Formats: sequence, C-alpha cells, structure tokens
Amino acid sequence: MTDLTAAFALALDLLLRFDSDLLEIVGLSLQVSLSAVGLAALIGLPLGAAVALFRFPGRLAINALLTAFMGLPPVVVGLIVYLLLSRAGPLGVLGLLFTPAAMIVAQCLLITPIIAALSAQTVADLHEEYDEQLRSLAAGPGQTLVTLLWDGRFRLLTAILAGFGRAVAEVGAVMIVGGNINHATRVMTTAIALETSKGNLALALALGIILIALALGVNLAAMAIRDAARVRYG
Amino acid sequence: MADAPSILPLRLTDVTYQARGQTLIDGISGDLEAKGRSVILGPNGAGKSLLLRLCHGLLQPTAGRIEWAVGNNGRVRRRQAMVFQDPVLLRRSAAGNIRYPLRLHGTPRREQQARVDEALARAGLSAVANRPARVLSGGEQQRLAIARAWVTRPEVLFLDEPTSNLDPSATRAIEELVLAVDQTGAKIIMTTHDLGQARRLADEILFLHRGRLLERTPATEFFAAPRTAEAAAFLKGDLLC
Repeated sequence: MTDLTAAFALALDLLLRFDSDLLEIVGLSLQVSLSAVGLAALIGLPLGAAVALFRFPGRLAINALLTAFMGLPPVVVGLIVYLLLSRAGPLGVLGLLFTPAAMIVAQCLLITPIIAALSAQTVADLHEEYDEQLRSLAAGPGQTLVTLLWDGRFRLLTAILAGFGRAVAEVGAVMIVGGNINHATRVMTTAIALETSKGNLALALALGIILIALALGVNLAAMAIRDAARVRYG
Repeated sequence: MADAPSILPLRLTDVTYQARGQTLIDGISGDLEAKGRSVILGPNGAGKSLLLRLCHGLLQPTAGRIEWAVGNNGRVRRRQAMVFQDPVLLRRSAAGNIRYPLRLHGTPRREQQARVDEALARAGLSAVANRPARVLSGGEQQRLAIARAWVTRPEVLFLDEPTSNLDPSATRAIEELVLAVDQTGAKIIMTTHDLGQARRLADEILFLHRGRLLERTPATEFFAAPRTAEAAAFLKGDLLC
C-alpha cells in the first residue's frame, strides 16, 4: 500500500512540477504512437474497406491474415523490424535502428492489421445499408469506398483508437527497435520496465498511472465524440 | 444531354424473376413510354418493388429482356433515378445529400450550388439545408430523397411506395412534389398499394398480382371498369392474397 500511495504522490509531484524528464518521455510516447496510428490509419482504412467491398484474388487470404495479425506479439514484430533495419539487414543503410522512426515503423506494423480488420467490419456493415442506394446513384467502386469511409467516420474512430491503445501500451517492439535510450528513444512503457527492474517502483507506478490516465482520457474523448455524432448525424 | 435521344421507351420482353425456386415476376412484357405517369398498383407481395428494381437495373431478370431505347450501356444508369421506400440518407447535411450525386456525376463545381439550392427550394427544404439529413422528420427525409434523385435531371424517376409510412399532410407534400417533378419532364414510374394515391397521381395503371401483370389500362378506365376480377376485388377493398 505504501508503494501505491508513494506512487500517487510522486506522480502528482512530477506532473505538478512539469518534470522535464517526465514530459520528454510522455511527449515521445505520444509522438511515436500518434505517428504510428496516423500511418496505420492511412494504410489500414482503405485496405480494410477494400477487403470489405471488392472481390479480388487473395481477398480471403488477406482477410484471414488481418484477423490473425490483430494479435501479433509485439516482440516478434520488434524482432522482424530489428532484422530489417539492422546494419546487415536489407534496410540497414537507412540507419533507422534505435531511432523514433524505427519505433514508429514497428508500432505501425503492429496496429495496421487491427485498424484494417475493424474497419473492414464497419465498412461491411455500412455497405449492407448503402449498397442499393449507391448503385442506384451510379457510384463507382472508388466513390463507394470513399463514401463508406466518410459516412462511417465516427465508427471508424473506434478502430483507430483501438490501434492507438495498443500502440501506446506495447513495450516489446519499441524496446527492441528503440533500445530505450535515455533522451532519445525512451517512452513510457520502456521507462516503466526499466524503473521496475531497478527497483524504483514508485517512479514506475507514477509513469503507469499517467499512461492509464492518458489511455482513459483518449477513450473518453472518443466516446464523447461518437455520442455527439450519433445525436447529430443519426 | 438535352439533345441526346431519349432513353425511353423502356421495353420489357417476357421479364421473369425467380428466387429460391419461386417465380416472383412472371413473364411481364410491355413498353413504358415517355408520356404520362405510370403507377404500378397491387397488394403487398405482388412484386411491385421487384419490378421497379428490375427496370432500374438493380436486379437482373432470370429470363426475358429489359432494354432502354438507347441500349443498356453504362451511361443509361445516370439518366434515371430511384427513390426507395426507405431511402438511405447519407450521414451529412440535407444540402450535402443533394450535392452528392452531382459530385458523382462530375457536375462542374460552380454549377453545383445553384442546383442544390434549386432542388432544396423545390422540395421545401431550404430552411433545413444545413441540418443533418438523418434527424429530419420522415416526410422531410422522403422529400429530400426525391430532391436528391431529381437534382441530376433524370429522364425517368422510379418511386417505390414513397408515402408508405407517412401521415396525410406529409403524403400530400410528397404527391405535390412528385407532380412538380413530372412537370419538369421526368417520366414518373411509381408503385403504391394506396388506391387514393393511385387515383390522384396515375395516368395509367399497371395492375400487378402475384408477379403477373393482370392489366394495364388508362387510370380513368381502370377505376371505372376494371377488366379483371382481381382488380375489381382490389378496388372494392377485398383482401387479395
């Protein structure tokens, strides 16, 4: 219990003092995960919609892969990205290993299947409702895809958030490709792992509390947006 | 577009539609001409909506042919429009819904606003132009659906039971709008099971029963002296099944 109260006190103290190390870690966490989510949404939303709407060879295989990859183990993704980016790897010349860019790539790979699979479901549901109407209006395949993504925008927000939650909370991938380097690639989850192993439980818990608060806040905001949208747009 | 030859008449030749072993539309033939409002009348389950969907090209007949005067090329879809019984309004404003088909058809951007405004005004929806479409009342939603179908100036407008869930005053507004659309030169082909509505709107009646076209007569003649026993019974208010 003393650990917990000490942790809360420390968390509050760090936050109120705008501790620069803390802000740096939280800032990098957000920067990496938001970039990864943005990138994954750019790939995952059209990919999911295409899988839901179009019949093309390999569609079922992609669908199965997306669903299976929703539960991809972060350490494995980290390992694969590590192999690709390491000096001897095919993308080694880019010199990205142990940089935030590598962490973004790893998290993006991790959550693109989540966003794609969830948006495929959303778009498929919406398509059932819209199909005849859109065919009647003579919407082409591309126009249909864009229309369904736009009209499903508030529901798709949930898919994107699921991706963000997964990205900001995972530790395995960013640890491997980022290396948890102080002032360079240290994010909340890797800092928690490090402080815990050093026995610095209060600081670890304080970071954990901030992480949870952040995830909670983002989800509450998204729920509020969705509910407001439902009232407004039906 | 105005100078292009009309897509009408629409010629149906022995059109049949079967699903799950049942014949739902049974050998319907005839030409739908450019003149006059055609009302497809019949009890529920007669195949009225199905026939409309076949004509519009949303379904393919299992036998027989449906041909437009200009042939069934891809462009013909854009010269017709359909208002569904439960129209799907897009999750955007009323004006956004009307603008949508113009954007699909590649109408020049500077023309769009004027045409959107005109369609809104015609449907009496100018005051709610910026309201989200899906929170409008049932009658407003149906008028919006008609305005959206009309904004592309279709040569044929299909309407499937446009007033089935509406109260009398909303129904009157819809019927007035349909007549106004008719005045602009679009061919009206609509279904209804409402005799009063058929009386008010029809120039000719296509009486459908169990997937078969039992008779096709000018409206005045149909209501005065129906040719078939089924139509007579339907007019008397007997339940046909």
